[in-house]
Amino acid sequence: MTDKFISIEGIARRYPGANGDATTVFENLWLSMARGEFGCVIGHSGCGKTTVLNILAGLDEPSAGTVIVDGQAIEGTSLDRAVIFQSHALLPWRTVLGNVAYAVSSKWRKWDRARVKTHAQKFIDLVGLSGSEHKHPSELSGGMKQRVGIARALSIMPKIMLMDEPFSALDALTRGTLQDEVRRICLETGQTTFMITHDVDEAIFLADRIFLMTNGPGARLAEIVENPLPKDRGRIDLHRHPYYYALRNHIVDFLVSRSKSFATDVPDHDARHVPTVRPGVGDPVIVSPPRVVEPNAAQSAAR
Amino acid sequence: MSLRLRAAIVSIALLAAFLGIWHLATRSTGATANMSPEYARLMGLTATQGKSAMPGPADVGAKLWEHLKRPFYDNGPNDKGLGIQLAYSIARVGTGYLIAVIVAIPLGFLIGMSPLISRAIDPFIQVLKPISPLAWMPLALYTIKDSSISAIFVIFICSVWPMLLNTAFGVASVRKEWINVARTLEVGTLRRAFTVILPAAAPTILTGMRISIGIAWLVIVAAEMLVGGTGIGYFVWNEWNNLSITNVIIAILLIGIVGMLLDQILARVTRMVTFPE
Repeated sequence: MTDKFISIEGIARRYPGANGDATTVFENLWLSMARGEFGCVIGHSGCGKTTVLNILAGLDEPSAGTVIVDGQAIEGTSLDRAVIFQSHALLPWRTVLGNVAYAVSSKWRKWDRARVKTHAQKFIDLVGLSGSEHKHPSELSGGMKQRVGIARALSIMPKIMLMDEPFSALDALTRGTLQDEVRRICLETGQTTFMITHDVDEAIFLADRIFLMTNGPGARLAEIVENPLPKDRGRIDLHRHPYYYALRNHIVDFLVSRSKSFATDVPDHDARHVPTVRPGVGDPVIVSPPRVVEPNAAQSAAR
Repeated sequence: MSLRLRAAIVSIALLAAFLGIWHLATRSTGATANMSPEYARLMGLTATQGKSAMPGPADVGAKLWEHLKRPFYDNGPNDKGLGIQLAYSIARVGTGYLIAVIVAIPLGFLIGMSPLISRAIDPFIQVLKPISPLAWMPLALYTIKDSSISAIFVIFICSVWPMLLNTAFGVASVRKEWINVARTLEVGTLRRAFTVILPAAAPTILTGMRISIGIAWLVIVAAEMLVGGTGIGYFVWNEWNNLSITNVIIAILLIGIVGMLLDQILARVTRMVTFPE
């Protein structure tokens, strides 16, 4: 994979402190993603995951660095980058169809009503909400609301889909079903997706690559974990795969201990050459010499 | 028995008790003095038949019926039907209130959307808001030189503040995530104001409008007592000068009923724009 579709280049986020000195949430963060890739960020609260996502969405601005998407530095929000919010963020005075149609008519301003409706309906059907178009969000369950959020994001056919812990407020059963749907849709449409999660299993099931972030303040991207599980993995027999536990243990180990001690353990960590790890049978192996992320240059990653 | 029905029964019982006590308190019990018929004709019923000076519910009811039969008669400046008087008052309130809506809602939007303007205007609002609307009356009369328009101005100035503050508050406290939805969809400022902020802030704005109409109706009575000429407030004062307590009581009752209706209309509109979350 040589394509560098999203390239986060040395971004930082600092907040001015009470007595003049700034608190650094994270700094010098380098990260790139290929077209059609599903990337997942895992880290503890306060490591700035949501800030990274908001910067990608254009809702927040980095204190330093830039983000390049499809060869262009991003500036503010864009219809190319759709966000699925943790709290679904549906407009409660609009129906399901109204919410999706609002997004559709924002993207294609000249479309007439009927065309907007047909297009919106297509995506409502895609997320399995046919028959509920005329309900208001208050009449829907949490899972259905998030489906509407997904339909709204997909309906504008974005280049990138950004998901901020989209399923964390749902019960386990609903979460599972929605994860299946999201995986199916992303595989079918080849959607590039960047997701934040707390849930290790969610990351293992959905992501092609998992980005591990250390604890904030001063959080950094410690490691990129390549998912060794097959593309056609299913949620039900996921845990039977021989690589599953190696992968899971690797991530959990990181979250439990290494995320805290990383800064002292690896003092010479190079933010631009973050090692890629591919856990499998036996000890995890570093498959690539740390990937070199160079600004705006095509690079080949060992995959 | 449903709660509603029980409440209705208690309400009716309370009303009956009130009317009963009122009737007993105003019945003819006073001593009648012995006087020549010539003299008695000069004296009122209080002196000749021992009738209470305060009208009883029956007197008020009879008089009210008379008014309701002919609500729109016009026998010159000091003798108009109650319907006409109320119409004058409602028209003044309506005009002043409408101007207040036209001013307060766009201005409230501006204040709510811009922290700079919000801070800049805040001291003025804080000073102007607690001023009794009637204190503006002399200034209004002096500059406008028309008593009727002055009354409308007073209604405007008293109803503008709750609407302004509620609109600003409603607009400023629209959920961030809804704004973010509009931002990620690249919705322009004007479209965002109408499709996200207005519907989200509408319940709060309507609450302000409801408070305003209540205050406007309170103030119109006092304003019309001052400016005179027409209106239910003037009617009350005129009937006080005529010593017709019956008419004063009828006017009080009607002011209450009209105020309730105005409030109910706004309450209904508020319910229409309220969305369940």
